[in-house]
Amino acid sequence: MNNRSWVAPQSRRHEILTGLKLGIGPGLGLFPLGIALGLLALQSGLPAWAVPALSIFGYAGSLEFLMIDMMTAGTGLLTIAVTTFFVNFRHVFYAFSFPLHVVKNPIAKFYSMHALIDEAYAVTAANPTGWTAARLLSLQISMHCYWVAGGLVGIAIATAIPGTIAGLDFALLALFITLTLDAVRTREQLPSLLIATAAFLAALLITPNQIIFAGMIIFMALLTIRYFTARRKGGLYDHAGN
Amino acid sequence: MIMLATSGIPATGYIIAVLAIMFVVTFTLRALPFAILAKLRESTFVNVMALWMPAGILGLLAIALFYSTYSSPESELWKLLVAVVVTVASHLLLGRRTLASIGLGTLTYVVLVNFVS
Repeated sequence: MNNRSWVAPQSRRHEILTGLKLGIGPGLGLFPLGIALGLLALQSGLPAWAVPALSIFGYAGSLEFLMIDMMTAGTGLLTIAVTTFFVNFRHVFYAFSFPLHVVKNPIAKFYSMHALIDEAYAVTAANPTGWTAARLLSLQISMHCYWVAGGLVGIAIATAIPGTIAGLDFALLALFITLTLDAVRTREQLPSLLIATAAFLAALLITPNQIIFAGMIIFMALLTIRYFTARRKGGLYDHAGN
Repeated sequence: MIMLATSGIPATGYIIAVLAIMFVVTFTLRALPFAILAKLRESTFVNVMALWMPAGILGLLAIALFYSTYSSPESELWKLLVAVVVTVASHLLLGRRTLASIGLGTLTYVVLVNFVS
């Protein structure tokens, strides 16, 4: 007991510092992107309080940019839910290797799952061993702080600029172009992109006012058909990559 | 402006509803797998979908955003296309630095929209 009370604060401090250090790299990306988010949100007409609220509770990077656009367009809540589900579906797989088991406190565990963004997963995937609750939480909290702080700086800049800059919202389209290019690095990813294009055109013809909602449903339907076709032909094993 | 040419400031209740939906759906996607980890790991369907989905979903959003920007009355197709080409070229030629690619593409569009008639 005596021993523990002397050693624990030392190692805990070390663990927190290690977590903070691991957060600096992703933070360099999160902070400027947060500035862009705050700037774009205010330029689009969202109230300032919505930016930190979005970054704290709706903490999900690229989806937040999309939501600024969807909110200012008054998009229906069902489309919001479906878009959130499909855009963030990739998170389902982070549980496989994310070291959540080191966190014992239920509230901390809840937070750790909420703050399981792409960047947090990437850091733990790149450093698979040595995780403790203090290290993991200080990493996640610091990354969350970079993101929220960036948003606040963005609000400050937007408030300082008089009027609105026409064309600034191209940043959202540019973001999704780069995300798509990063997702399509191999030839195996091209069919998905072609199916998505077909789904978009179908949605445009059938429901021109619900393109994203209908497009995603049609895309998933076509992808499911592709799955069962590939399985019947026995070509799935290669695609799954396992 | 993308999709917001005619709309005003969103209502507080609506923004809170959107935030609540984002929180619940995203948290469920992040937390539920920890509870049913074994089943998910075994499911070929879920594994293959996770592999195939990102390129398509992100591509679909990129195309839809392009279309909504293109549909707004004040947009001009050639300016939009030039900015898209600059974004793609920057990303592929300058080593996939996301912020630089977005910055160059957006700067191109802002300059074209404001200073070129």
